[in-house]
Amino acid sequence: MHIIENGNVAAALGVKLAGAQVIAAYPITPQTPLTEKLSELIEAGEMQAQYVPVESEHSALAACIAASSTGARAFTATSANGLLYMHEQIHWAAGARLPIVMCVVNRAVGAPWCIWNDQQDSISQRDTGWIQMYACDHQQIIDGVLKAFSLAEATSIPVMVCYDGFLLSHTYMPFVVPEEEKVARFLKPFKPSYALDPDNPANLNTVTLPDIRMDVTGEMAHGYMEIRYLLQEDLRGALTVAQRIEDEFKAVFGRGGDALLEPYRCDDAEYVVVGMGSLTYQLRDVVETLRGEGLKLGVLGVRLYRPFPDEALAEAVRHTRGVFVIEKAVSYGYEGALCSDVKAALYGRLADGNSGRDDSGDGSNRGRTGGAPFVRGLIAGIGGRDIRTADLTDTLRTAMKGTLPDGPRWIGLKL
Amino acid sequence: MGTRGYRYNTSHSESGPGDGGRTGSWRVQRPVLNTELCTPARRGTEACFICWLYCPDCVISRSIPPTIDYEYCKGCAICAEECPTKAITMVDEADRPPDDEEPTACSYEGPRPCT
Repeated sequence: MHIIENGNVAAALGVKLAGAQVIAAYPITPQTPLTEKLSELIEAGEMQAQYVPVESEHSALAACIAASSTGARAFTATSANGLLYMHEQIHWAAGARLPIVMCVVNRAVGAPWCIWNDQQDSISQRDTGWIQMYACDHQQIIDGVLKAFSLAEATSIPVMVCYDGFLLSHTYMPFVVPEEEKVARFLKPFKPSYALDPDNPANLNTVTLPDIRMDVTGEMAHGYMEIRYLLQEDLRGALTVAQRIEDEFKAVFGRGGDALLEPYRCDDAEYVVVGMGSLTYQLRDVVETLRGEGLKLGVLGVRLYRPFPDEALAEAVRHTRGVFVIEKAVSYGYEGALCSDVKAALYGRLADGNSGRDDSGDGSNRGRTGGAPFVRGLIAGIGGRDIRTADLTDTLRTAMKGTLPDGPRWIGLKL
Repeated sequence: MGTRGYRYNTSHSESGPGDGGRTGSWRVQRPVLNTELCTPARRGTEACFICWLYCPDCVISRSIPPTIDYEYCKGCAICAEECPTKAITMVDEADRPPDDEEPTACSYEGPRPCT
């Protein structure tokens, strides 16, 4: 069934369809309508779940951690400073291997206060051990929530479903609401690997020592290092699991298919622009315009940011001359985090001696003789600054012609 | 993957002493009980037990006289501070005579009901 609704409602309907049993959330713009919708559904008896109104985001995730530890399917959602207030518990949920799902409705982080969209909030949580998915439209939000529960429970790793504040959360567009019987086929009932049981008390996430040690039953127990290594190993393995789940989803629902990267006109592209979220769909218009001018550009949307699909990305841009990374976040003091990740994915994997370097000396890339494509980072839309398609087109046209000035470039900056 | 299970990929154990390691080794000073001053020991009756009540690690027994499980006592000195008759004194571990036997046996015999 097609409906026309906003992105927050799409997320809420996904959470309802997934059969989340415990929702704990604290309102923050632009996430608020999502949790309001969930509380309405529960109040009206349309959704069987416990809604826990909490006094902070830190408590919201703590409540989800407790609920998940008892074997319940738990969900929360937040934005920006609310996400940062959760930070300690975000690490905890990953280390405790609890399959919690959280929607992050991307918003700029204060100071100064700013309620509008960029992706600094979720990018700043990239090293916490959560899986991060980025949605580009409402269909990907509602489908993404279902896939997120499946992925979280298959890997025992919590998942963030990130989508752009206002641009997606508050805009209306048509999307298909997944049918309940298909959801039942796709998302199996949650079977926790462990659930708290008062009759069989146990210690969860107790102090680990620098070295392995014998536990009270006489068995050798992992130290902190082993437990964290396993999280990293399972996160890398989640790349494969995510694609398997995507394939399962496509088999049931007939849509989707790209769990890691979503390419658009990349097959014959000489240049590829990489981004995340709704921006990558906007960039499709740019591609059409520039293709009309004979410039062979493609878009590669990063759907799964952590774990980072480095191999798939290197493969996708192997035959291109250059990669432009446009992102709505900055690793302050260096460059966009996604840009660094893209470079790291290519370095060593595609680098061919110095042949990938531009030897023309004028920054034009005309001197390239092969090897890895160059990577150029661009920043846009910080704090909700309007990203005009015409600006993107001009910037990318200039960049492809090799005449983009050196140095950091923030598209739409008015200094 | 996550299918290897909770016991494998998290810090998870049955409750019991020693789950966080033999914490007695953390001790710098050890509490030593003087039974001549200790109320239950002196009277031979169940009395006082302030040390048992206050010990945050439950390593002091509610017995006559109270005993201290040095395997897990971290030497926090709360018992010495709280004892109304000053029957417990803190002694530097470094000053312990070399022939003083290191306690090894664990007195734990399963969970105790709360009393």
